[in-house]
Amino acid sequence: MTTNDKEIKKVLLLGSGALKIGEAGEFDYSGSQALKAMKEENIETILINPNIATVQTSEGFADKIYFLPVTPYFVKKVIEKERPDGILLAFGGQTALNCGVKLYEDGVLEEYNVRVLGTPVQAIMDTEDRELFVKKLDEIDVKTIKSEAVTSIESAIAAAEQLGYPVIVRAAYALGGLGSGFCDNQEELVALVEKALSFSPQVLVEKSLKGWKEVEYEVVRDRFDNCITVCNMENFDPLGIHTGESIVVAPSQTLSNEDYHMLRKLAIKIIRHIGIVGECNVQYAFDPQSMDYRVIEVNARLSRSSALASKATGYPLAFVAAKLGLGYGLFDLKNSVTKSTSAFFEPALDYIVCKIPRWDLGKFHGVRREIGSSMKSVGEVMAIGRTFEEVIQKGLRMIGQGMHGFVENKNINIPDIDKALKEPTDKRIFVIAKALRQGYSVEQIHELTKIDRWFLEKLQNIIRTSRELEKYDSIEELPLPLLKLAKEQGFSDFQVGRALYGDRMNKESNPLSDVVRDVRKANGIVPVVKQIDTLAAEYPAQTNYLYLTYNGTQNDVNYLGDKRSVVVLGSGAYRIGSSVEFDWCGVNALLTVAKEGYRPVMINYNPETVSTDYDMCERLYFDELTYERVMDILDLEDPHGVILSTGGQIPNNLAMRLDGANVNILGTQAVDIDNAEDRNKFSSLCDSLGIDQPRWRELTSMEAIDEFVAEVGFPILVRPSYVLSGAAMNVCSNQEELTKFLQLAANVSKQHPVVVSEFIQQAKEIEMDAVAQNGEIKLYAISEHIEFAGVHSGDATIQFPPQKLYVETMRRIKKISGQIAKALHISGPFNIQFLAKNNDIKVIECNLRASRSFPFVSKVSKQNFIDTATKVMLGLPVDKPNKSAFDLDCVGIKASQFSFSRLQGADPVLGVDMASTGEVGCIGDDTSEAVLKSMLSVGYQIPKQTVLISSGGARQKVELLEPARLLHKKGYTIYATEGTHRFFAENGIPSICVYLPNDDRKPQVMDMLHNKEIDFVVNIPKNLTVKELSNGYRIRRAAVDLNIPLITNARLASAFIQAFCDLSIDDIKIKSWDEY
Amino acid sequence: MQEPRKAILTLEDGSVFEGLSFGYESPCAGEVVFNTAMTGYPESLTDPSYEGQILVTTYPILGNYGVPSEDVKSEENVSDYFESSHIHCEAIICQDYSWVPSHWQATRSLSEWLKEEKIPGVYGIDTRALTKLLREKGSLLGKITFEGGEDIEFHDPNQENLIAKVSTKEIVEYGTGDKTVVLVDCGTKYNIIRCLLRLGVKVVLVPWDYDFTQMEYDGLFISNGPGSPEFAEITVEHIRKAMEIGKPICGICMGNQLLCKAAGAKVYKLKYGHRSHNQPVRLVGTEKCYITSQNHGFAVDNSTIPSEWEPHFINMNDGTNEGIRHKTKPFFSAQFHPEASSGPKDTEFIFEEFVNLL
Repeated sequence: MTTNDKEIKKVLLLGSGALKIGEAGEFDYSGSQALKAMKEENIETILINPNIATVQTSEGFADKIYFLPVTPYFVKKVIEKERPDGILLAFGGQTALNCGVKLYEDGVLEEYNVRVLGTPVQAIMDTEDRELFVKKLDEIDVKTIKSEAVTSIESAIAAAEQLGYPVIVRAAYALGGLGSGFCDNQEELVALVEKALSFSPQVLVEKSLKGWKEVEYEVVRDRFDNCITVCNMENFDPLGIHTGESIVVAPSQTLSNEDYHMLRKLAIKIIRHIGIVGECNVQYAFDPQSMDYRVIEVNARLSRSSALASKATGYPLAFVAAKLGLGYGLFDLKNSVTKSTSAFFEPALDYIVCKIPRWDLGKFHGVRREIGSSMKSVGEVMAIGRTFEEVIQKGLRMIGQGMHGFVENKNINIPDIDKALKEPTDKRIFVIAKALRQGYSVEQIHELTKIDRWFLEKLQNIIRTSRELEKYDSIEELPLPLLKLAKEQGFSDFQVGRALYGDRMNKESNPLSDVVRDVRKANGIVPVVKQIDTLAAEYPAQTNYLYLTYNGTQNDVNYLGDKRSVVVLGSGAYRIGSSVEFDWCGVNALLTVAKEGYRPVMINYNPETVSTDYDMCERLYFDELTYERVMDILDLEDPHGVILSTGGQIPNNLAMRLDGANVNILGTQAVDIDNAEDRNKFSSLCDSLGIDQPRWRELTSMEAIDEFVAEVGFPILVRPSYVLSGAAMNVCSNQEELTKFLQLAANVSKQHPVVVSEFIQQAKEIEMDAVAQNGEIKLYAISEHIEFAGVHSGDATIQFPPQKLYVETMRRIKKISGQIAKALHISGPFNIQFLAKNNDIKVIECNLRASRSFPFVSKVSKQNFIDTATKVMLGLPVDKPNKSAFDLDCVGIKASQFSFSRLQGADPVLGVDMASTGEVGCIGDDTSEAVLKSMLSVGYQIPKQTVLISSGGARQKVELLEPARLLHKKGYTIYATEGTHRFFAENGIPSICVYLPNDDRKPQVMDMLHNKEIDFVVNIPKNLTVKELSNGYRIRRAAVDLNIPLITNARLASAFIQAFCDLSIDDIKIKSWDEY
Repeated sequence: MQEPRKAILTLEDGSVFEGLSFGYESPCAGEVVFNTAMTGYPESLTDPSYEGQILVTTYPILGNYGVPSEDVKSEENVSDYFESSHIHCEAIICQDYSWVPSHWQATRSLSEWLKEEKIPGVYGIDTRALTKLLREKGSLLGKITFEGGEDIEFHDPNQENLIAKVSTKEIVEYGTGDKTVVLVDCGTKYNIIRCLLRLGVKVVLVPWDYDFTQMEYDGLFISNGPGSPEFAEITVEHIRKAMEIGKPICGICMGNQLLCKAAGAKVYKLKYGHRSHNQPVRLVGTEKCYITSQNHGFAVDNSTIPSEWEPHFINMNDGTNEGIRHKTKPFFSAQFHPEASSGPKDTEFIFEEFVNLL
């Protein structure tokens, strides 16, 4: 049966690099699957991916891993060294695909005789180049959205006039619709086209089909021309909103059999004609009033949609695509769920899934809240159930933005509902809820949103039930059939409580929630567990892929009650501050649990993860991480215990309530977690241990704040407990700013106190990641931030092991950490953040869970912190590693990836609130090499000739003096804004003076940026005051929009400049992980 | 909206499932079968192969896109959207029903249509649990009763000649092509007629027991149909005669079983019937595979196929026979539904192959 090509013995796989908007965790999942498929064939695998937090870059997935940028230069170097037989381009998103196309065009693949496995490069190019694509589909009479490819603004204007506004503009060769958008007039067109042209030499102008349905098919083809469509999906939001920004359901809900199969047949026709071998995705615009359609695009690779389709159906698309790339036919492969039936089949779903995007727009200053044809979301969730009402409500809880479902949420203030419906923002679904509540008809909402009436009718059902529930005042009065109906429609116990008790239900942990729970359990209203078996129960299947629903009467699983289960709680939706690193932690916890003879059980709902692959554990509950749902599962599982500390903050927040319900929390106990989480308790603990902290106070009035400021002085850090708008945290440097911030952003009162802390400038920030057992530290890693404190630890560039810390500082940090571990009886992972100025050390924060940097320090030190932590939590003895284990001969740098280019209008400046969407971690022989690798990995380039330096305060100017001297010595032309120019002149560094936008004199900095006369921009705001920020904003934003590398922190700029002046790109060593 | 009435499904093994009514409220009985298709309820309900059966849809949400008009017809007077003139199922059962449909072709809701045609519809039933039960026990007899309404006896539709019940009573001619295809109506779906007409042939629809060997024709097509092939011995006789005549013969589903019987092969009841849109078949002797629409509980025993015949298609999931072909003569068949409707259209080429032989 085996038709695998035996000549392929060694394969190179390209990863997707750091997580960014439009390219996130889904490629860790698809890459990991491809690696599993290769392993099964005994093929040696080489992986290039600088994203150190991923599962695929862990031991046991690839044979060799290079933490290097996925760029043609480095990939070529690796090919030279490794001489692979084949290369896989389809598993690392647009990054890998673009890189592969370039290598092919440059003749590198041919030169080294590397075969592209799967879809041929020509087919990829046919789908990526818009003009080729349209031509290709014209050949088989398939309708596309006709567009004019233009390369200048003038021709764009002409094209738009011919097509008629509104038009849509797209940049060719760009991921996730980067530089795309709708234009209603010429002015908007010019602005957008200019930006798009900076990313791509070619821009497309096309007629807009706003209001059409958007439908996708995931299609698979083998080299024998056998085709299947694994899944179709329908967007809740009609065309006009990027599919990554849409709520999506699978399978389609509003297509008739004829609609469904016409589009299916067409998808197969297309994939055959293009010549895909593996997997691809076909996106359609579909007329809601006829069977007219347009093909929007074809992605000739694994995509976010294919990851979603895999999770939605249980069909492992990436795994199968990898096998097909090796030459197998679909008929050779088995359905990996049933293990007996063929992989050549199309899954039948007996449930509905709903994907909802997760946005974090509140984290960015100045960003536009409207959603449209370009992607802004940072993550997504998938809810599984058996009615639409159930999945939409589950999903809206899962996105974790304080909402309890579709209804019974806190009131949101919408001044103009019609406008908010017409111009969608990240809050649109809640605007619909509000409109329905206010009596808008389905028809009215349909007119304003073009969302199909079917979806709106279902939402109306939820509103109707909500109104019914509100007629009653207590759970005792509530008729049971109504309670059952509410649960079938996805109402949580809290929502039911809120409908009954109104404002008396203020918090999720309200005892009234428990009353609702008790009453419904007493009446047998409990969810059932169903399997996802790919064949809708037609054949028997032993599957561990599970979800819970109230729409059913029978469990698919027989529970043994053997107390062997260990439930690991996952980390939920990727968002700013919590992403793939916690997936790595969760997966590693599962692996250790299994290795130690327990039954690993995972609860998580993020379709972009490896932890939600059903072969990573013995039972996967693809479901909510709310207290209610976790308890439903624990009631069934009756486990040995639960692990909370590897999934970030979501599981950590459940500690006290689970403890209250007598759940066996493995490792550090809830009371100790609470002692670390509760600011007051932790503070008094530090006081009792004699550990210093920055001074802080929780305050409830303006007067009290003023008093505190008089004591500590400005600047101060202000954290409101209740945020009205904008960012949650801010540094205020003077009275004016403080007053303004508190008026605008925070409402200070007894109910809503603010936490004010002194803000220490010029201090180093140091992280301690460690594992302790019964209060004794067993394993630790100390790392230092390159930036001074003030940049959020998630945005900072982190160095491990530290290179510039005093031995004394290290010793004191170890000592303090030991004291805290002991006092909090820590058994498991934890992280402490310190400030150090001179040798004065203060504790800022302590988390009794794994931190974002766990995979980074684990991989650089080659000590798996989660493995050790999990053993500790299982109560197994662990040894302290040899002292020499902490003595490393290499340096790791973790650098952050920002996605500002996607966030129109956002100010790309770093502050106390986190803004990065991903990270990389690279290893070098010294700091400069590691810095250079990591900066190149997050998209920086070594400037060719020109650098613009514009630095705010005196201190930053001084900081940049040495780097500027280096640049000059290296022969770079330095452009500097007026003050900086003067300062450099005084210090004997030649530079050319350029003028800010508000100055008429020439040369004008904005002109130079637009003319691409500057290769690299260093723009350092003096401080984070509004006035100072607005000055440099236009420069920073222009740099981002025109795709010119930008650094806004003096310390980081200095490190980067130092690195590229020390080393040229050729000096970077091509060493795999195991060579360090 | 009025509170829906409680409806009870009782199976012959004693299992009881309670749901709510969304269709006509009069007790009914039949054989309970499931289908895992995710679309196509108007097609399935009007498919004569479902005669006497209570259909359970495993896809949980039903009625989303309503029901299209029955007045849209071709010039040959064949409905564009339905597979016969009326609903053949006894009842339909789902998990969740969409009261308000949404589709530009819909002229009414599924509920309204069911009431017009006097067919019960039940929602709120754990159709996955029910499907697992049917899978393990084979299809079971069942009955639907309504709270406060009358009871009814179980009824086994397989005891009667369903083919005779659904077949045309008279000869009907469609189209004006040069070549004439005799279509033996064992319960044909309209789409078989549509597929043949599209290829430009004249179709003569004849009753199941009609002796068409007396007619002038260029090819013989034997349709799908409900129930057991045992009732159609007379059709088998006619097919044997047609084999002697030697003109091209093609059979679908029931037509396949009857052709196999005529060839001398044996038919048996499957442990797990095939009832879905996602059945993989392989063209024997090739690397060509197709996704097919299926709805049958019987299969041809591969080991009993006479030596001058061979398997045409094989089911890739369980290895069962999916059609046979004669080694030298233009006779072949498919157990699946190349006419789809509902389901994937990947095997429509079978009609072309047949017509090309004429």
